[in-house]
Amino acid sequence: MRVMEPKRFELPPGRAEEGFKDKKPLYNFGEAMAEANRCLYCSDAPCIKACPTAINIPEFIRKIGTGNVRGAARTILTANILGQSCAQVCPVEVLCAGSCVYTGWGREPINIGRLQRYAVENTLAKTPDLLKAKPPTGKRIALVGSGPASIAAAGMLALEGHTCILYERKAIPGGLNSLGIAPYKLKSPEALREMEWVLSLGRIELRTGVEVVEQAKGPGQVATSELLASHDAVFLGLGLGADSRLNIPGEEGEGVLGATLLIERIKTEPGLTLQGVKRAMVVGGGNTALDIAHELALLGVEVDMVYRRSEKEMGGYVHELDGARLDGVRLVENRQPVEILRKDGKVVAVKLAATRDGKPVPGTEEVVPIELVAMAIGQERATGVAKAFPGVELDARGRVKVDAATHRTGNAKVWSGGDCVNGGKEVVNAVAEAKIAVLDIQRHLAGE
Amino acid sequence: MADLSIDFCGVRSPNPFWLASAPPTNTGDQVMRAFDAGWGGAVWKTLGNPIVNVTSRFGGIDYGNTRLMGLNNIELITDRPLEVNLREMREVKRRYPKHTLIASLMVETKEEWKEIIRKAEDTGADLLELNFGCPHGMCERGMGSAVGAEPKVLEEISRWAMEFARVPVIVKLTPNVGDILEPGEAAVRAGIPALSLINTVKSIMGVDLDRMVPLPRVGNASTNGGYCGPAVKPIALHLLSQLTRHPQVGKLAISGIGGVSNWKDAAEFIALGSTSVQVCTAVMHYGYRIVEDMIEGLSNFLDEKGMKSVMELRGRAVPAYQEWGDLDLSYKLVAKINEDKCIGCQLCYVACMDGSHQCIHLPGRTEEESRKAGHTHIPTEIPNRVVTAQAGTPGARVPFVHEEECVGCNLCQLVCPVPDCITMEEVPSGKPPETWNDRVAKGTDFVPGGLDATLAARGRSR
Repeated sequence: MRVMEPKRFELPPGRAEEGFKDKKPLYNFGEAMAEANRCLYCSDAPCIKACPTAINIPEFIRKIGTGNVRGAARTILTANILGQSCAQVCPVEVLCAGSCVYTGWGREPINIGRLQRYAVENTLAKTPDLLKAKPPTGKRIALVGSGPASIAAAGMLALEGHTCILYERKAIPGGLNSLGIAPYKLKSPEALREMEWVLSLGRIELRTGVEVVEQAKGPGQVATSELLASHDAVFLGLGLGADSRLNIPGEEGEGVLGATLLIERIKTEPGLTLQGVKRAMVVGGGNTALDIAHELALLGVEVDMVYRRSEKEMGGYVHELDGARLDGVRLVENRQPVEILRKDGKVVAVKLAATRDGKPVPGTEEVVPIELVAMAIGQERATGVAKAFPGVELDARGRVKVDAATHRTGNAKVWSGGDCVNGGKEVVNAVAEAKIAVLDIQRHLAGE
Repeated sequence: MADLSIDFCGVRSPNPFWLASAPPTNTGDQVMRAFDAGWGGAVWKTLGNPIVNVTSRFGGIDYGNTRLMGLNNIELITDRPLEVNLREMREVKRRYPKHTLIASLMVETKEEWKEIIRKAEDTGADLLELNFGCPHGMCERGMGSAVGAEPKVLEEISRWAMEFARVPVIVKLTPNVGDILEPGEAAVRAGIPALSLINTVKSIMGVDLDRMVPLPRVGNASTNGGYCGPAVKPIALHLLSQLTRHPQVGKLAISGIGGVSNWKDAAEFIALGSTSVQVCTAVMHYGYRIVEDMIEGLSNFLDEKGMKSVMELRGRAVPAYQEWGDLDLSYKLVAKINEDKCIGCQLCYVACMDGSHQCIHLPGRTEEESRKAGHTHIPTEIPNRVVTAQAGTPGARVPFVHEEECVGCNLCQLVCPVPDCITMEEVPSGKPPETWNDRVAKGTDFVPGGLDATLAARGRSR
């Protein structure tokens, strides 16, 4: 019997995200069998080692091949509770598939992500009760934030029989998974359905529109002291903060947006249109820059992606750049905006300077007509909440400090994982860190 | 260009590639299209009194992404009126006089055999094939493999055929017997000049686990069918060589059948003593067009080996098929892993650990780790080589062989997905050649560690 019936989160129709096609759609039966049968079933396979959550990949692929699709999903989900979204958003090219022995042999690696999606999506559609929670323990854990780290931790803790309460500041839960993934990989409703499935695993309550603060000043706020007092453990899955800004003239005002904010609007805002925007400029060289550039290109906008260093110094993945270029994104290396030019308040152009060692060189400026600028030069840290917990420390780059083996913070009752700890990595890293934290929380609750 | 034509009991055939008696030779139109594609001969779908067939008729077995590793069927002999078949056979022989036309026959009584042999020969058929092999349906009526499995019956009907026939007679054998030499010798006693084998193997292709009915399914039931296709080739090669190395039976002309899919298969059958080969499953899978490659491939092969004709290839490998007791116990092979080609899948390692002699080791392990993994013998020398596995593969994944422990079984080479990565290298054993039969002769055939009763029986003690 389900203790708390999870709420279903609906998004309004008419979102720009709905127009995107999956780059890697769900395999049908024949496709899955053909691909599964290609797997060599390596011993002690390198793909397992390359997966942060160490899914036994050859085993689940073999199970697909024998028709044991439910067993395949069990193999996946017991190692990675967010196996559905990871199947769609993982950069498999640099993780499991990148280490496939076929890659070293000069052959096409196994499409592990697509096989994983096949197994999990088909299984959960038929048997959502695949994993069963243990009897209630009476222990309560608070999780701050409802992004992949917190959701994964809550799911694993609930399966152990604990009660979990998730505190989410926003109205739409799910964090990066529901608000920040490129829609040709994973759309918001897909992320929300996966999240609702995790919430259904056991005693998990999700409270949205609730802020965790040092001192609560009214409804919609919970004090850190109260959380610590009323729970046996606290997990911080805070994610990252607002998009960073360049602080150049003309940056303030409409037409200049942070990349993650723009992605969130494409995914959730009904009726968002880019009418009047012919050319857009994305500033940055990381994967968020590549995502928003790629999304804008697919929405029919001419996109220049401006990076202050050279292509080979970019933080973004090569396969993502290749994909973005195929859809029309143009990379402009060694340039940086120094001013945004406006007419009647509207962005009309960007003044670009050539750079040396990533710094603008005076006298090299050129003016490029542009109607929209997306800043993807990093995100602020969500330091406020973390600092409100006594004993929780941040490193010099604003990341929550944890013990790597346990993911426990300086406060003996507080654990943390995900982007707020690693500075911004993949969903699969958030799950892997949540796994470490959950193991240690288990030890703590058992009185070890 | 080697001469691909053959002489089969005095019948000249443009090449050794014949279609077996089966669905691909059901009609005159089919056989003519096959001859146009290049087939040298065709054994017509078995003639007899027309029958009634069921639906479905075929079952397949796949392996991984490969379809039809094996096929089975529960179809019977021709379901067309005899006169229609005979008219079409006559027409085919008139239009293709140089191609080999073989009439496959299956009836019951002596009078029936007499009539059908006369009628078949009247079409101009070059050869007759007595179907004593079909292992499904017809055998329940006392025909097909019911005859092939009873040497006395086989001999009697063969004598009738030899009495009535003017053209050479082939007896088609069933593999569903304990000893293939019994029907082979029976055919020799009856004076039969040629054999063909194997007909299909009795089989059930699988079970429909939802309906709990074996496959192929006819309504709510099934029956055993005849198994053929690439999976049966090794069985066919063995039965063929049992016959070809027999002093009397080996003198007969033999048409080899069983999983022949390409020129290489054909060359193997011929090397083991076939004069022609018959093909069915590969044509049912891919069509008559496969014969182009068979003709070209066999011709190129013979040229490369300096053989001027198919007949020069015939039987070349027969002498090397010997009893186990005559094999050299001193011959030694060890596996060698080519570190430049290894992709690091470690399938050889797991196969050797669990399926053979635990002599393939992973690099970088301590002795303790090796023992924990299941090794009982630790190599004293670890190859100090630069591991050069290709990009993307951690070099440390390339396993190595402990040569003193390697028994040369081939398993690692068989499971390795990379061609020529694992090779089996001949090494001197330092011992003179010796067979088990030599040891029996010398009285050194008791291997220490056996039963006391065996020792006592030999009048010795430990």
